[in-house]
Amino acid sequence: MNFDKEYDASGLSCPLPILKTKKALAEMTSGQVLKMISTDCGSIKDMQAFADQTGNPLLEQAEEGGKYIFFMQKK
Amino acid sequence: MTTKRMAIIATKGTLDMAYPPFILASTAAALGYEVQVFFTFYGLQLLRKDLSDVKISPLANPAMPMPVPMPVMVQMLPGMESMATMMMKQKLAKHGVASLEELRDLCLEADVKFIACQMTVDLFEFDKSEFIDNVEYGGATTFMGFAGETDICLFV
Repeated sequence: MNFDKEYDASGLSCPLPILKTKKALAEMTSGQVLKMISTDCGSIKDMQAFADQTGNPLLEQAEEGGKYIFFMQKK
Repeated sequence: MTTKRMAIIATKGTLDMAYPPFILASTAAALGYEVQVFFTFYGLQLLRKDLSDVKISPLANPAMPMPVPMPVMVQMLPGMESMATMMMKQKLAKHGVASLEELRDLCLEADVKFIACQMTVDLFEFDKSEFIDNVEYGGATTFMGFAGETDICLFV
């Protein structure tokens, strides 16, 4: 999937992946896509909850070798 | 959509109890909440510029996991508090948990409002110069003005 910016939150625990995602999105323009990588398994539920509560669509998510990859579009 | 609001009352000054208010406040702010934290009694320790005195004690903290079971008499020995604090900080760092300073900075960056209880500041004769700059001083009434209109209000 195409993306405009990448943020790697590997090694960070809750709530840092979400807080850093929020910061990364803040520097982007509407419609752009952020690729976020996390090693925190809590991110799966948290990223969905973040998407539901903030209205930034979570386009896709995948797991690859212990890493969780999310594609989130800025609303 | 109206902005949601959250209020937290932080009353504890130990390392373990410092995390919940900062984690919840920063997360709520990231979700777009307007957040205020009211620091009172020992919670005021969390507003000090220097947070190195924020410690954890194994004493009277029976649920705290220790590497070996330890009688209370041993937990009372000098140096045990520093050891427990050091161990906890190592564990936090190993698991990628943010430091208190980092979480506090993230709160401030996200416009979380910190209110220090003026009565406690006077009671314990705190010097305001020991506290970080981004703090408002007020009483229970000040806080209630905000807390009364919130969606979530927590006592930590």
